[in-house]
Amino acid sequence: MRVFSMVQWSPYVVGILIGALNLVAMLLSDKVLGASTSYAKASGMVRNILDKEYVKKNEFYLQNAINIDWGFMLVVGIIIGAFISAGLSNDFNLVLVPPMWANEISNSFFVRFIIAVFGGIVLGIGSRWAGGCTSGHGISGTSQLSILSWVASIFFFIGGIITAFLIYGL
Amino acid sequence: MTKLHENKNMQLLFGLLMGIVFGFLLHKGGVSKYDIILAQLRLTDFTVLKIMLSAVIITMLGISYLYPKGRVKLQVKPGSIKNSIVGGLIFGVGFATLGYCPGTIAAAVGNGYLDGLIGGMIGIIIGSGIYASFYSDLKKKKLITEDRFSGRSLFDSFKGHPFRYTLPFSAILVLVMIVAEIAGL
Repeated sequence: MRVFSMVQWSPYVVGILIGALNLVAMLLSDKVLGASTSYAKASGMVRNILDKEYVKKNEFYLQNAINIDWGFMLVVGIIIGAFISAGLSNDFNLVLVPPMWANEISNSFFVRFIIAVFGGIVLGIGSRWAGGCTSGHGISGTSQLSILSWVASIFFFIGGIITAFLIYGL
Repeated sequence: MTKLHENKNMQLLFGLLMGIVFGFLLHKGGVSKYDIILAQLRLTDFTVLKIMLSAVIITMLGISYLYPKGRVKLQVKPGSIKNSIVGGLIFGVGFATLGYCPGTIAAAVGNGYLDGLIGGMIGIIIGSGIYASFYSDLKKKKLITEDRFSGRSLFDSFKGHPFRYTLPFSAILVLVMIVAEIAGL
């Protein structure tokens, strides 16, 4: 199957298939695609090891059960699926510093690592604050015609575009 | 269907399988790569937006067909316009700084991006934990709220068959993508 060994497909084909996958998720699992909640669950799992009593009393973890559920398995699956696709198309490479960052900012892994952790922390806070991410709000919420998801998605990009220009210049 | 939805082990398997398909597609779309996500945010390549809008159109039209028949339930998130704006902007800062979002970072890890695995993923988990720590305070100080849009979908507000408004809306979204193509983005 040559189509599976292509490195990149048309974004429209990919989008249509992701849209169809979302409908399959609604029909078979009564769920929609979304990733960020699983990181909140992971934070609860780690803290459950460190300080069980705290997690038991924390309002957020009481409202958002710390368990391995459909959404958690979805994120695990994403890693595997991307690995399969990358492998089939000979596109799996261990990368420490993404090319654009290395060319224009710095090729130090240490710098990239610190920035990635910082960016991740901000992303984690923002996704919980907004109640979802690029998939949960950006694809699933918007397609369910949630006003909150449309506003959140637009502000994901407003914040992202401004920050990208601050990092890389005009 | 309800029986299937309640079968826990089967649902864990479905989650994994659907995740594999999702990850496969994210990689094939190129969005497992930092450079493609940043190119979108620097407005030089519109791959991310094209994928998102195509997916939105298909899911929205599918819901328009299935929801009136009672075949699917809506899963709309709670919150407020204020949460969406403030949280959205914070998310955006993290999105551009990290160069991945929570879904695409998992695909980036599968693609071999170690800055995603040992930097970004750990960061997102820490950030979610920080939010959890301050959640009660944020609520008390009314920094996070719920308003009349919380958990609401326009599918329940508009009258008439959904296709009456989702088809014209899809046409507008298609037009946005055509403009991006004509602009060579």
